[in-house]
Amino acid sequence: MSFDLRVALGWMFLLTGLFLGFFGFASKDNPSLWVKSLGMDVDLWWGLVLAVFGLAMLAAGKRAQTRRIRL
Amino acid sequence: MLTLTALDWLILLLSFAFVLGIGWKLKSSMKTGPDFLGAGRTLPAWLCGLAFAGASTGALDVIGMGAAGARFGLAAAHFYWLGAIPAMLFLGLFMMPVYYGSKARSVPEFLGLRFDAKTRLINAVLYLAVMVSSAGISLYLMARVMQGLHLFDVLVRLASLPAQGIFPVLVGLLAAVVLAYVLLGGLAGAMYNQVLQFLLLVAGFAPVVFLGLRSVGGWRGLTANVPAGSLHAWQGSGGHPLGMEMVGLGMGLGVVLAAANWCAGQRVIQTALAAKDMESARKAPLIAAIPRLLLPFLLILPGLVAIALPTPRTTTEETVLGGAIYRTTTVVRPEAEAGQGLVPARMDPMTGKPMIAASGQTVLDYDMATPNLLMHFLPTGLLGLGLAALLASFMAGMAACVTAFNTVFTCDIYETWLHKDGSGEHTLAVGRGAAVGGVLLSVGGAFAAVRFNSILDALALVFAVVMAPLAATVLLGMFWKRATGHGAFAGLLAGIAAALLHHGLAHGDPNDLAQNVWTAIFAFGASLLVTVVVSFLTTARPEAELRELVYGLTPRKANKIWWKRPEALAVAILLAMIALNILFA
Repeated sequence: MSFDLRVALGWMFLLTGLFLGFFGFASKDNPSLWVKSLGMDVDLWWGLVLAVFGLAMLAAGKRAQTRRIRL
Repeated sequence: MLTLTALDWLILLLSFAFVLGIGWKLKSSMKTGPDFLGAGRTLPAWLCGLAFAGASTGALDVIGMGAAGARFGLAAAHFYWLGAIPAMLFLGLFMMPVYYGSKARSVPEFLGLRFDAKTRLINAVLYLAVMVSSAGISLYLMARVMQGLHLFDVLVRLASLPAQGIFPVLVGLLAAVVLAYVLLGGLAGAMYNQVLQFLLLVAGFAPVVFLGLRSVGGWRGLTANVPAGSLHAWQGSGGHPLGMEMVGLGMGLGVVLAAANWCAGQRVIQTALAAKDMESARKAPLIAAIPRLLLPFLLILPGLVAIALPTPRTTTEETVLGGAIYRTTTVVRPEAEAGQGLVPARMDPMTGKPMIAASGQTVLDYDMATPNLLMHFLPTGLLGLGLAALLASFMAGMAACVTAFNTVFTCDIYETWLHKDGSGEHTLAVGRGAAVGGVLLSVGGAFAAVRFNSILDALALVFAVVMAPLAATVLLGMFWKRATGHGAFAGLLAGIAAALLHHGLAHGDPNDLAQNVWTAIFAFGASLLVTVVVSFLTTARPEAELRELVYGLTPRKANKIWWKRPEALAVAILLAMIALNILFA
């Protein structure tokens, strides 16, 4: 099939993670938003985790791409 | 009232954009029927394995396992451990060599090669019925859950429809998205998305489990807040996990239903058949078994936490501010107030009052356990992700049914009986047409869906009647070279008759699940017995014709490096499963 799924996965999780992370960072001093999540700014932390996962997927996909081109 | 913010919508729509985008990207690869129906047999093992996992973790599993967790506690893990892992390992080690080696595109096609045209036809027709009812039930379930959450009411308000109009709108929207990417990308589109959707499920649910466990005070706090034994897979409910005695549990769940679901189900087997080579095809079910070991913690624990949390009540708070008395009333919906924990009561649509069972207890709507927990803990942002996860699981399961439907219809009905020699482009068009037909029938099924106490029970019944006899046929065909076509056909009919008879006679059993499991055992047994007897009375096919169609007559090639062999992976998974069972006995 024509494209590497890891690149698509990478972009999706990177973007989702960045949106969540930015929002979490911008509203980290607004405790009323985090009442439901037991006072924790989970958007920031989980956003970071997802962004890192997305980056790893992107890196894996891109590396396979360059290897294919060289061959 | 809970509403979605712009961030939630952004995250939700982003996931949908990627789902549809993947279908769009694959469109150019769909040139002929085999590309569309079998992904051209080009995919790597990890992709097939994760797609296998995604295909088997649909809305019925996600909602149903949360419901089962709230009802039965951790004993529900048996659906995943006892009821899945051994069968998945068996499929990968012993059945995939034959399925993949036979070059069949579907399970009915394999039966056609192994037995005869009539066995293939009856199997194909039954499959189509199962796939439509399964897709219909999950469509109905997802639309009902989304309706219960009242998050998308804005859609009907925008279209200025009455509030009851939300159900058909949701059914239509959900079906349209699945149909769109299946039409574009075929089986590959469904599988690429199943991988994405499975990862999204983990990403959306992990924070809920973390927050839920934390709020009840960790594992110890959870133990204190649920009925004794709820956190044990085996010791709970007086040695009768899931309300079944050991024979029913082991035979029914561990052998019959497991074989029906994993070893004869086109929905999952097609993901392994799309692999690029034999070793990848064998590894696909094994790779899918790894996350399956841990899924109970992601899917069952939310149900347990939901039942352990305090039940919300309508409260009035008085505050005195500058001589004036302010009363703030927090109104809780009546179904929530009559429920237990976050599990609402099931409301009688006629009277608008909670339904009461014969035993005097309120009937609980267990299917809302997991969705309500998502709403309870997820703040804006993660709420969008959680919803995306819930919807993703639904799409993965529904797409598995739709692609199985169009493959079986195209290969086993259209090409075999209606139009024998069509070109590749012709098959592609028929496959797409079949997908449209399958989705339309499922939408019809969603509207006709009968209300069962819990969705897993309903599915268990369909399985008992249709899939259990099929499992016996497939197993005998694959491992017993003496089995004949007449035997298989007679066995299938006998199994279905036995299932219907048992279900009709045993009607009224209070525990639907245990009853359905016994129906499946009877159906499986009858099918097995009749196939064996009739096979001995009829002439067997010569061995030369059965090469690569029976396990004993299939040549095997093993990887030279021992730890790269599927067998090594299977042993590791089996040991992990035993360890989990001992740890949570």
